[in-house]
Amino acid sequence: MMFSLEGITKTIQDWLFSSFSPTVALLIECAIIILLAIALFAVLGLVLVLMERKVAAHIQIRLGPNRVGPGGMFQTVADTIKLIMKEGLTPDMADKFLFNLAPFIVMIVAMLLLAPIAFAKNFQIWDINIGVLYVSAISSLSVIGILMAGWASNNKYSLLGAMRSGAQIVSYELSAGLAILSVVVLTGSLQISDIIESQKDGWWLFKGHIPVIIAFVIFLIAVTAETNRAPFDLAEAESELTAGFHTEYSGMRFAFFFLAEYINIFIVCAIGATLFLGGWMPLHIGNWESFNHLMDYIPSSVWFMGKTFFLIFLIMWFRWTFPRLRVDQLLNLEWKYLLPISLFNILLVTLIAIMGWHF
Amino acid sequence: MTNEVLKEQILTLEPTATFDETGEWLNVQVEPAQWKELARGLRNSAMHFDYLFCLTCVDWKTHMTMVYHLSSTSHRHNIVVKAKVDRSQPEIETVCDIWRTAEFHEREVFELFGVVFLSHPDLRKLILTDDFEGYPLRKDFEDPINMIKL
Amino acid sequence: MYTQTEVIKDTTTAKGAENELVINMGPQHPATHGVLHLVVTLDGETVKKIEPHLGYIHRSIEKMTESLTYRQFTYVTSRMDYLSAHINNLACAMTVEKAMQIEVPERARVIRVLMNELTRIASHELWIGAMAMDLGAFTPFFYAFREREMITEIMEDSCGARLTMNYMVPGGVMHDIHPDFQKKVKAFVQQFKDKVTEYEDLVTNNVIFQSRTKGVGYLSKEDAISYGCSGPVARASGVSCDIRKIYPYEVYDKVEFDEVLDTAGDSFARYIVRIKEMNQSIRIIEQLIDTIPEGDFQAKTKAVLKPPKGEFYTRVETARGELGVYLVSEGGTTPYRIKYRSPGFSNLSALDHMARGGKIGDLMATMGTLDLVIPDIDR
Repeated sequence: MMFSLEGITKTIQDWLFSSFSPTVALLIECAIIILLAIALFAVLGLVLVLMERKVAAHIQIRLGPNRVGPGGMFQTVADTIKLIMKEGLTPDMADKFLFNLAPFIVMIVAMLLLAPIAFAKNFQIWDINIGVLYVSAISSLSVIGILMAGWASNNKYSLLGAMRSGAQIVSYELSAGLAILSVVVLTGSLQISDIIESQKDGWWLFKGHIPVIIAFVIFLIAVTAETNRAPFDLAEAESELTAGFHTEYSGMRFAFFFLAEYINIFIVCAIGATLFLGGWMPLHIGNWESFNHLMDYIPSSVWFMGKTFFLIFLIMWFRWTFPRLRVDQLLNLEWKYLLPISLFNILLVTLIAIMGWHF
Repeated sequence: MTNEVLKEQILTLEPTATFDETGEWLNVQVEPAQWKELARGLRNSAMHFDYLFCLTCVDWKTHMTMVYHLSSTSHRHNIVVKAKVDRSQPEIETVCDIWRTAEFHEREVFELFGVVFLSHPDLRKLILTDDFEGYPLRKDFEDPINMIKL
Repeated sequence: MYTQTEVIKDTTTAKGAENELVINMGPQHPATHGVLHLVVTLDGETVKKIEPHLGYIHRSIEKMTESLTYRQFTYVTSRMDYLSAHINNLACAMTVEKAMQIEVPERARVIRVLMNELTRIASHELWIGAMAMDLGAFTPFFYAFREREMITEIMEDSCGARLTMNYMVPGGVMHDIHPDFQKKVKAFVQQFKDKVTEYEDLVTNNVIFQSRTKGVGYLSKEDAISYGCSGPVARASGVSCDIRKIYPYEVYDKVEFDEVLDTAGDSFARYIVRIKEMNQSIRIIEQLIDTIPEGDFQAKTKAVLKPPKGEFYTRVETARGELGVYLVSEGGTTPYRIKYRSPGFSNLSALDHMARGGKIGDLMATMGTLDLVIPDIDR
């Protein structure tokens, strides 16, 4: 194939290891990865915010940003510059240290989650053998940042928002984890590359296992809740709590929360695409050799991004069509419906795996 | 019920009440001391005045008049009850235990006219700030800065 | 007496009892739609007490009116309930007409009713959007404003203003209707009928919306009457209180429409009542739009209006409920005293009763369906 990220990375690595000692080469690789991760962050933030505004505008029969640059393309750049230039206020009675630390914790958690994601064929920062477990473990840390922000702000709205967020993320973690587990059980591996490899002949969602489809739906609902997106945006609920946990944040610190929210959406959608939609695997249908061959010509990175952005679009669609749930309804939905269904579902999946009914 | 029937029934409740029929609705004049009793009667008797749709006060410079507009949701008849209160020391019994809407309306009248409603559960200022002086809707209220005289 | 802006006192420094959290909702808060200030006492997420603090937009219109002539004072009322500007103006004009026994031409009466019903629809449209926003759904707002925009344009043609219109004057209406009026209203009626199903899909049939509003903010019939509630709030609790039906004014006794009643008394019932009321308004408009009688749009009146000594009371049905104008005249060129009985003021007083024991989210649903307009409450 002409265009392949795999080839580029391999060339760079070979060149580095031939020119420098292994330690120096590793350090340079680390630096490159850090730079790339930060760049990806910035680009994703800009693209996703613009995408959200355009999707929202389309759903709400209006145009959306259309002044800065062609089709409003540079609107988010302008917004970012504005946010950087703004004064970062700290409330008088706030716990200054925790108040300043909180946005960075949320950001760092989002960054850490990038590590095991396979962006294209053999293009992955860290193919750790417990990749899925790593994602579940790290993603629950962001609640610490949110609780910290809510508590340190010395604001009642922030506190309420943070408490809501805590209850919500801790609950929905369970369903999300169980939904992820169902794929792990069928694959028999926690490693991201193995999971993708197992979907060579067909994506888990389309293989026809009903429990997997149930798991996918539960996963979508749970991650929407975990990322504090509408209809589960109770932590921010602007009509109830003005802005929830980030009421007191301004300028770049607010932007970090904002950015982390979008990065988190990207990551959960990337995980969803990897687990249920085959990651970078092209669409293959049974024995249609020519069709499968044609699909292979589309670069694997395009497949991955396409699937991820499709899921992101779904989550945005939710946000702009549904009203918000009430806090007790939110917890009822999790503990009374999603969790029992997930538990039963995982039993079914295990049964299928043990009996070897899957393919 | 017609005005005649209403008059008769009100007189049995409150013999000292006087009537005035020049307006659109029957006007009843009572003493402030008798108002609470009459109000309870109007609400609970066969006349069934359960809807207090307007409660206000008029400053006549020499005295003030409390005006209560009452209506019945079952019989669809209306009356107006008026009670003269003293201007220097305006006091009248509250009716917010009979019609709960009166609670807010009485607080409004309290701060804008200075009428004190006895045994009102929560007689505080509702609209104006706590340290505002004077009663803006009285005729002798002067505010050289904010009031425009035409 | 105030000569300069003073810092608003933070009432939340007053500590609540143990396990209580006192928060200030407003005067700047996204859900209070204006400068309403609620001091809410919470136990966790549960609302224990609500105490409204009013007056942030109090202009003392009643006092102002005492120094305005009978021609001038109607204009101020557009700034009370700015979403029912026409209806407020009409109440004032009708009070003066009642006092001076002015006979309003038939054409003016029909135009007045048409304008009133358009105003009612516009107000309810805005309410749907704002209420859905309180519940966290943004999109219905834009759908509602699409239709509302057409009404605003119709208003602009005839009255020259899009908000705070001044069109009703004692004796009739200020100008004749715009030549395009009938055409545009018919286009609007058609558009509304086509698009009202979109609200049903987006809002009414939404499971989350129903679970957020059904059984929330219950108001019994007795309480509704006792709190002096009126308009859709009272009608959703089963109180028949539509002034247009009970004490018909203008040409409401000649058109066919139903008083929309519901008995559930919850937020969803209030929502349904308003949706159905829009359809009834459309019905009224359809009956009148083709048969606007020819003739004068304004009765001949004297340049200076001087109502006789006496007391006059007018009741009209605004989009929010019953508006009463109590005029005390001493025979001069200005009113001696005017009292506006505004629907929002009484409806607000029931909020504490309705929202107690619910969650913060329920408070938003309840407050949203009360349809509060703050300048109407403060006056």
